Amino acid sequence: MSPLQICLLLSSGLFCVGLAGALSRSNSILVLLGVELMLNAANLNFIAFWRFGPAPEAATGIVFVIFSIAVAAAEAAVGLALVIAIYRHQKNIRLQEATRLKG
Amino acid sequence: MMSPQYLWLIPALPAAAAAIGAVAPRRGRALAAGSAIAALAAAFILSCAALRVALATPAEHLVHNFAWFDLGDGVVAVGWLLDPLAALMCVMVTAVGALIFIFSLGYMREDENFTRFFCFMSLFAAAMLGLLIANSLLLLFVCWELVGLASYLLIGFWFHRPEAAAAAKKAFITTRIGDLGLLLGMVWLYHAGGTLLFYDHGNGCLETAALARLAAPAAGGLAVSTAIGLLIFCGAIGKSGQFPLHVWLPDAMEGPSPVSALIHAATMVAAGVFLIARVYPLMSADQALAGVPLHALTVVAFIGAITALMGACIAVAQNDIKRVLAFSTVSQLGYMMLALGVGSWVAAIFHLLTHAFFKALLFLGAGSVIHAAHHEQDIRRLGGLAPRMRITFATFAVGMMALAGMPFLFSGFWSKEAILHAAGAWPVSLLPLGFGLAGVVLTAFYMTRLVAEVFFGPARSEPAGHARENSALMTAPLLMLAVGAVGLGFIGTPAWPWLQSKLTGEAIPARSLFEGGGLMALSIGLVFIGLGAGWAIYGRRARTEAAALDPLAARAPVIFNFLGARMKFDELYAGTVGRLARWAGTLAVGLDRWVWGGMVLLLAKFGELVGVADREADEAGLNAGFNAVSEKLRDAGRAYARAQTGRAHGYLRALAVAFVVLALLIIAEGGR
Amino acid sequence: MNGFPWLTLIVFLPWAGAALLALLPKLDVRAGRVLALVFSLSTLVVGLALLPSFKHAAAGYAFTEDHAWIAALQVNYHLGLDGLSLVLVLLTGLVAPGALLASWRETRDPRFFHILFLLLQGSALGVFLALNFFLWFIFWELSLVPAFFLIKLWGGAGASRAAYQFIIYTMAGSACMLLGFAAIFAVTGTLDLARLATLAADGTLAAKLAVLGGFWPKAVFLGVFLGLAVKVPLFPFHTWLPAAYAEAPVGVSMFLTGVMSKMGVYGFFRILWPLFPGPLQAASGVLLWLALGGVVLGAFAALRQTDLKRMVAYSSINHVSYCLLALFAVTAATGGVGADGGAAAALSGAVLQMFNHGISAAALFFCIGVLESRSGGRRGRDEFGGVRSAAPVFAGLCGLAMFSSLGLPGLNGFIGEFLIFRGVFALAPWAAAAGCLGLLVTAIFLLTFYQRVFHGPRAGAAAVEFRDLSGRELAVLVPATALMLLLGVLPQILIGLYNPLISFWTAHLP
Repeated sequence: MSPLQICLLLSSGLFCVGLAGALSRSNSILVLLGVELMLNAANLNFIAFWRFGPAPEAATGIVFVIFSIAVAAAEAAVGLALVIAIYRHQKNIRLQEATRLKG
Repeated sequence: MMSPQYLWLIPALPAAAAAIGAVAPRRGRALAAGSAIAALAAAFILSCAALRVALATPAEHLVHNFAWFDLGDGVVAVGWLLDPLAALMCVMVTAVGALIFIFSLGYMREDENFTRFFCFMSLFAAAMLGLLIANSLLLLFVCWELVGLASYLLIGFWFHRPEAAAAAKKAFITTRIGDLGLLLGMVWLYHAGGTLLFYDHGNGCLETAALARLAAPAAGGLAVSTAIGLLIFCGAIGKSGQFPLHVWLPDAMEGPSPVSALIHAATMVAAGVFLIARVYPLMSADQALAGVPLHALTVVAFIGAITALMGACIAVAQNDIKRVLAFSTVSQLGYMMLALGVGSWVAAIFHLLTHAFFKALLFLGAGSVIHAAHHEQDIRRLGGLAPRMRITFATFAVGMMALAGMPFLFSGFWSKEAILHAAGAWPVSLLPLGFGLAGVVLTAFYMTRLVAEVFFGPARSEPAGHARENSALMTAPLLMLAVGAVGLGFIGTPAWPWLQSKLTGEAIPARSLFEGGGLMALSIGLVFIGLGAGWAIYGRRARTEAAALDPLAARAPVIFNFLGARMKFDELYAGTVGRLARWAGTLAVGLDRWVWGGMVLLLAKFGELVGVADREADEAGLNAGFNAVSEKLRDAGRAYARAQTGRAHGYLRALAVAFVVLALLIIAEGGR
Repeated sequence: MNGFPWLTLIVFLPWAGAALLALLPKLDVRAGRVLALVFSLSTLVVGLALLPSFKHAAAGYAFTEDHAWIAALQVNYHLGLDGLSLVLVLLTGLVAPGALLASWRETRDPRFFHILFLLLQGSALGVFLALNFFLWFIFWELSLVPAFFLIKLWGGAGASRAAYQFIIYTMAGSACMLLGFAAIFAVTGTLDLARLATLAADGTLAAKLAVLGGFWPKAVFLGVFLGLAVKVPLFPFHTWLPAAYAEAPVGVSMFLTGVMSKMGVYGFFRILWPLFPGPLQAASGVLLWLALGGVVLGAFAALRQTDLKRMVAYSSINHVSYCLLALFAVTAATGGVGADGGAAAALSGAVLQMFNHGISAAALFFCIGVLESRSGGRRGRDEFGGVRSAAPVFAGLCGLAMFSSLGLPGLNGFIGEFLIFRGVFALAPWAAAAGCLGLLVTAIFLLTFYQRVFHGPRAGAAAVEFRDLSGRELAVLVPATALMLLLGVLPQILIGLYNPLISFWTAHLP
């Protein structure tokens, strides 16, 4: 197996763990954690494709990932703020009860 | 020397006095009265000076014309005119006026509006004098109306009395009816003659060139001058109280007695006679036309004759001392018109002058009686005044003799004889003469009745019993007027026709006093019949109490009451003209409200209808379509919204499934 | 004096006053009144200042201002002043301050009242001076707006209805006129009144309008005619007038009758007559009857009014109709009418009558305002009695105004009416004869008014207490009556201003 394939397998695993967590947990914070895991799996892919790709000299992959991590941080902040707002409303953070945005 | 360009001073002096009286405070009695009398006295002196100038060249018309205002390329000119007619009238008006002003000092002493009285009187004098010296029909008309204004103000002097207020209005409106005829005549004359100046060195409308043009036969053989003359005569009918517009004159007696004397006896009412005398060349211009159905002067003669007789008849049955005199004035003015109509304008002016003196005398005498008897005017409640008011009685008797036409000594006799002779010589008809002679009997009769009732018998009321002779301020003018009432007759006797020759500017040969003596004898006889009958009925057995029935009323109640109600003219006019005017007014208002207003309303309703229809169409057509479309849109939205469950897990699941499907698709494509 | 925009100054000074009042909302009420009065008086002051340099002028425009304005429509800012305009400017200058003084004690929002009033005054002046139809029409329509609000907001009980009636009626007329001028602009390409007049004089305008074909040339004439006839108002387009005059506050009634009714007559002289000599002549037979109807029926209707303001309103219809009677008599006549002076007399009389009626009718409205102010708003003919005993000075001055209105010689009304009758008689004798009836009935109703209100024992609203005139009221009535006397004796003062114009008109009659 080439290093690229190993990295891709790792990131797929990471993604699946995140997806399963996001879909199965009812705690909003854990759902958020799942989402973060999936994001990091994608980041891992960026790094891998850059490092083992045709042009590893230009620092394109690393820049991509840095931006992505910054977005993830912002996203985590917004997500946690949402969680707090939900908590204020319904005195818990169970995601299946937060259905106010129903159309 | 009084040349025509200074003539304006004569009316200007009283006008200035009127202005002073208008702004003077109520306390300024001496100022107002003093300036009024002084101004009129000065005007009298100026008039005498003017008379001297005029008499020096009696046949000429001295004029001073000037432009009043521009009119297009031309001007409207007016001017002053000096001839013996104007000058004589000025002298008469200022003389009689000054005496009446002096009398008023006493008569109006207690009135709180003393200053205003003299203001109005001066205004009247100014307007009247302006009328006399006007050399333009336009200027004459202006003064004519101002005279009417002064008359309105003075009749309504005691305006808080409703009768006085109503009488003032009636006088103004009745005379205005005539004045509109005069106005039309004037604009017609302006149109046809090209000028309103009477004399303008050959270009005036009373001079040969214009008269020839005006008297040329027009439609139906009638001359334009006939129509113009008749329209101008309308004005004279109104102002001089001729039938059928005489109704205002008796009511005008609501004013103070000096007003009645000055305006409604001596001067203003004579303005109509003066007007016709002034435009006499125009009035008589159509005489040369033969075979014309109508001459202007014929109408004048008949109107005058009817008025003379009618006024005398009504005067017989009046019980108010001033109303008897008022109808007597109507009657005498009728004589003057009669004289004008039969072609002797000189006789008319002669009678005008003598009448001014003796009628002013009679009215002031009546005023003296009324003043002494505390405003008691009903002759049935007077009586027995002769011994207590000797000067008033004596002078009143002189006036009565002059009016009745007592032969030889009194002025009224000579002027009346001149009129009757002229009427006797009229070729058209002898009817006016007959009317005039009948009037002579009646005049003597009603004056005898008046004197007998007022001065003889017992006093029949409290105030009459306490009456005393008035102060010298009031009796002195009476005496001076009495002198005039006697002496003035001698300036125009057949034996010494000074007045006639001066007025016409031709030498008139003196005639024997007894030429045409038949008619004179007849009229003298008639005077004595009238006097005798009056004395027989009223004098011999004098009335003893106020409520007693009049002897004539006892004998012919229907006629007496009919005459006493002034032949019911007022009722007739109220029933016809008054009602017609009211109907016309109602019609005009109704037209406004229902026809013109209705049409607008209809238009508005139509607009409203269009609006309603438009709204209905909108709601049924356009709105329904819009509603349907938006309903569909809303349904679609609702269906879409159902997918939004609000469950975050559901969304994630959908994402995951979609990701798996996407991955599978990519794998199935062969991993390219 | 040339070069300085005097005419602009005349028009816009009242507007400047209005703007100043609008910008100073905190101004003391009393100071605001004085300010408004000063700006209102400016018209008279400037008008009189122009007199010395005006006198030498011949028939044409003594002062003009002409600047390009809207090039696309060929609209110029064109003002001009000739004798006719000057007479009306002076009239406005006299009536407007008097009207302001009449409403001096207005307590409901006086600042706004004065702003609207000055706007109204400026618009009226603009109408009298504008020589371009576009500009003229702007002023013409602008005058409606303040008039509407003045009637509606400060008027009596029925004011709202009267104001709507007034504005809708006049708007409808104006709309017709605007359409007419749109057609004229379409065929000639100009809106300058002076140029259009020259075009009309040589027949070009009629020829160009004939291109429209069918009934349309006549419709253009009718549209313009209707707009003016409603404003005057010519019988039978007058039904808005009695209600509007009666319900408006006294000062506004004075302005409406004194100035606004003259705007319509002015339009007849400045627009309809020069632009449509042919159609006007064809229609004059009918129009003469209408004017006569206004003279006679207006007077008779006044006879039946017990509300004094309505009475004066109807008498206004009667008086203004004389002006149009004279004009239509001149236009109706054909061939050589200028010869004997009849046309000159009629036209001169009509202009004089415009001025005289403005003064007399405004003074009469003012007197009724005095009666209203003393009696808590009552103005019935039968609700007073013996006022002359209580207030002799008022009675005297009101009497002068009344006699001036009924055309007594020696006062201003007479010369105008005499000249009109003189002219009309020469041109249409029967109309003059029938018109006399109007003179008579006018005398009857005015004297009845005076008898009921001033004479007799004190009664009604004057029974207990009735003050004589205050200083402010004297300041209006004394100059007005003095002017009546002055013009009655020396009419040349006014006639001299516009007589060259009369000569010009009569020289150019067909």
